[in-house]
Amino acid sequence: MNRRFQSAMGAGLTSLAVALFAVALWTECPVRASGADDVDYASPLEVLLSPDGSRLYVLCQQSEEVRVIDAFTYAVIKNIAVGRVPRGISLSPSGDRLFVTNTWEDTLSVIDTRTLAVTATWPVGSEPSGVVEDRAGKHLFVANRISNDVAVLNATTGEEEKRLLAGRGSSYLSLSPDGGRIYVTHVYPNPSPHRTPPESEITVIDTARAVVVDRIPLHGVAGVFHLAFSADGRLGVVAEYHPKNLVPIAHLEHGGYFTDTLTLFGADVGQPVEIPLDELERYASRPFGVAIAPDKSRIFVTCEGSEMVTVIDVQRLLHFIHARPRPASGSFAYDLAASANYVIARINVGHDPRGLALNRSGSKLFVANRLEDTISVIDTHSNRVAATITLAGPKTVSAIRHGEQTFYTSRYGFQGQIGCANCHIDSTFDGITWNLEPDGFGRNIVDNKMLEGLKGTEPYKWNGGNPNIPTECGPRTEKYFWRAEQYDDATLADLSTYLRNLPTRPNRWKLPGREMTPAQERGLALFTRDTDKFGKPIAESNRCSYCHSGPKGTNQKLFDVGTHKPNDNGNLLKSAPLTEIALTAPYLHDGSAQTLEEIWTVFNPDDKHGRTNDLTKDELNDLIEYLRTR
Amino acid sequence: MKKFAFNTFATHTILLVAVLLAAIAVSAAQQTAASGAQKPHTAQAPPPRFRFENFTTVNGLPDNHVFSVLADGERIWAGTENGLAVYENHVWKTYTTKDGLAHRAVLSLALDKRTGDVWAGTMGGLSRISGGRIDSYTQLNSGLSNDVVYGVSIAGENVWVATAAGGCSLNTRTGQWTLYNERNTPMIEIWVYGVSAAQDKVYFAVWGSGLLEYTQKTGRWDKYEDPDGENEIVLFKDQGLIHEIVTSVSYVDNIVWAATYFGASRYDGRYWHNFLTKDSGLPSNFINYIKGVDANRAWFCTDKGLAYYDGINWAVYRPSLKDGKPEMTVRNAQGKVTPVAVTTAPAHNYVLGIDFQGDDIWVATAKGLSHGIRQQR
Repeated sequence: MNRRFQSAMGAGLTSLAVALFAVALWTECPVRASGADDVDYASPLEVLLSPDGSRLYVLCQQSEEVRVIDAFTYAVIKNIAVGRVPRGISLSPSGDRLFVTNTWEDTLSVIDTRTLAVTATWPVGSEPSGVVEDRAGKHLFVANRISNDVAVLNATTGEEEKRLLAGRGSSYLSLSPDGGRIYVTHVYPNPSPHRTPPESEITVIDTARAVVVDRIPLHGVAGVFHLAFSADGRLGVVAEYHPKNLVPIAHLEHGGYFTDTLTLFGADVGQPVEIPLDELERYASRPFGVAIAPDKSRIFVTCEGSEMVTVIDVQRLLHFIHARPRPASGSFAYDLAASANYVIARINVGHDPRGLALNRSGSKLFVANRLEDTISVIDTHSNRVAATITLAGPKTVSAIRHGEQTFYTSRYGFQGQIGCANCHIDSTFDGITWNLEPDGFGRNIVDNKMLEGLKGTEPYKWNGGNPNIPTECGPRTEKYFWRAEQYDDATLADLSTYLRNLPTRPNRWKLPGREMTPAQERGLALFTRDTDKFGKPIAESNRCSYCHSGPKGTNQKLFDVGTHKPNDNGNLLKSAPLTEIALTAPYLHDGSAQTLEEIWTVFNPDDKHGRTNDLTKDELNDLIEYLRTR
Repeated sequence: MKKFAFNTFATHTILLVAVLLAAIAVSAAQQTAASGAQKPHTAQAPPPRFRFENFTTVNGLPDNHVFSVLADGERIWAGTENGLAVYENHVWKTYTTKDGLAHRAVLSLALDKRTGDVWAGTMGGLSRISGGRIDSYTQLNSGLSNDVVYGVSIAGENVWVATAAGGCSLNTRTGQWTLYNERNTPMIEIWVYGVSAAQDKVYFAVWGSGLLEYTQKTGRWDKYEDPDGENEIVLFKDQGLIHEIVTSVSYVDNIVWAATYFGASRYDGRYWHNFLTKDSGLPSNFINYIKGVDANRAWFCTDKGLAYYDGINWAVYRPSLKDGKPEMTVRNAQGKVTPVAVTTAPAHNYVLGIDFQGDDIWVATAKGLSHGIRQQR
């Protein structure tokens, strides 16, 4: 055995060992049924201060509790268990009640702030998120992310009186300082024509009448989060993303594929105006929480992906807005030199900073670091982290936790511009179609997909080009998205583990047990039928239940269903999983079908996407009623 | 025998007379009950007088063909052939397909009083106008049964829709569409011209298939048809629905007001009362739209003017059919018709819709929209 052979043999064995180790990492990471290995993490999502400033209420999404902390000593006062996967928290105007929305069980927990006990749990809408009570104590307003509306509840009994149409994925609510209006934001863009910029809105509710009175358009914006007002009510600020989804992602290197922005509105600015937070090589990825100092001197914005808080000087900002010629679009989003005029500090905090709260004097800012189980306490005079409150919980970082941190950070993206969560908001989807690959403008447009229930649906990509999650999230992501730093093997393995274990939220259209509505039953019969209305057999490959078989609604094979467009490179597409299909419009590989109906009424003229043209309109409605239960 | 024979004859005769008298008495009782139910008041105020201000393209309307009108507080919505116009603070604004409206021709309008949203039925789908945003539903992008939406009505969280291919409903909470047609209702024709919904019942006006009643609690369908079939005659007065070709329905205070192209009907759940030009103050049997004020009062939009019925008296408002001059007539319970001197009238005789704004009325006509400003006597 010569030395060269020995060397080659050694290298080969080493490679094999590395490969086996990597495979072991991918395959032996613990699988959780409902949170498994990281169930004890707190994952603080939002923070609130009591009206007197003495208590800090921390909403912990993963441990499903509100942790009450002394705002001066940081000692724990009490942990209050709430419902499944809480998201929204607010205090009643008097401060005597704390409201928490529980997204996975569609309830609202009412907590007495004197006894720190849950006094009521009220049923609300689908995936309740933000919540706010009016000043009169008459109504509670709850934003429902799935049903895209705001429920109006009797604040005394919890009885729902009505629902108001909001934006798609309505999630966050803010009461104006005078209490007269409620402003609602939403995380997914409203439906808009294919291949047009996303459109979002701030829904404005007249508090006393409990009706929608206005919608402030947010052109080109998708992913809108918290909104805050100055104490005088003259300045409103909302945190948002401005995706540039109509151009190939190759342009990530040319100044941003996303711009991270704020929209300002109110008397101080006149017409609403959008301003960027980014500057070249210093991106403020995914603004989420926003707070304005009591004296209106500063705006503080948490930036999830960049793991920092951006600080804006309001006086300089207003000067910039009024001194600069305002673009016709009302947006400075494309001016990456703009933020240097008003951003005065970028303060590093923990993993995935989300909610934030200022104390009454504005001297302290509390920031919830969701994936670090800490609260950063920022001294707003020095713009430095003065203290870090560590919440009780595991001190080790599990594989899933590490994978989740990897998913939410933007540190891997080119110049830190984007992370996985930019397009998969809260680990879901974004409702946008993208031009991902550098093969020319407008070629191979793809709709973004839901991540829930990902495991067992390989291959990935619409054309089935990636055989497994590590390939999808590793080389492909690095090549097309990050254009920068590659994950190390362990990080990629953890990211894959996190994605494989993403739980699927409860389906809102399913009845308890195996029950079905009559329409759903009729729809199931159509889904599984093998003969058409004329008694002719339907070829196996043209039955719904063939391609969309199995628990996740995919047989994982490629088909030509006649939906390819001239700008697509191929016509074979993987049968798409049906998991939570009702939530994920638009549809088809390129998002050209705005609704489930259009898949068949517009894009299936030759019955290649299943035999459906024999169906009556009511039968098609039945089929859709069934699909919504998947 | 003779006496017996006489007695037998007499007995038979008396019995026959008695039966006839009884039948007449029952019939009379029915008629008395039917009309009595709509006469709760004895001292009747005279029909209202209005000063009409008319809107056309000259003063801001996008089109003179106004199919529908809706009063929404201080705002007035007008469904025209060329867009949905809204009048607020003395200014007209028009929504078109560029704003997301399903089609330029807006046939019907309904207000969700709980949310303030306006629903518009168009020739190309159903649109929801909410806080200035328009979302449109069509037969291609949603479960809507057909794009030609003749009528829309709101009850709770359900939107009820009358289309050229049956009725349907949208549950705004769940997003579920349910279709009603010849396959799951007693509807023979599926050309549904109007719908009126309340929390308990929903009524569909079906062109050629009578009036359909849907009881929401039980899911039961009942069908009311013209007892005389498709004959253009009325064999017995107030026997049932006046005609199969029902064009509009209004359900208010547990009373159904139904319009057809051959007269109108009022139904209280037990008794029918029909209205024809020959025995009422209707200016025409060709009725496009009907709107009940309450159990006793209703407005009738005909091809020969606008009519009001207060349970006893009738009033007709229109440009004169002879010379086009403003005209108002009042017909009392005895059938005496008295002209009332007026200086204004609705924009045109061909009336397609009406809504109420306090004491005022807004009237959709084939040649403009009219604001009837109530005049004090």
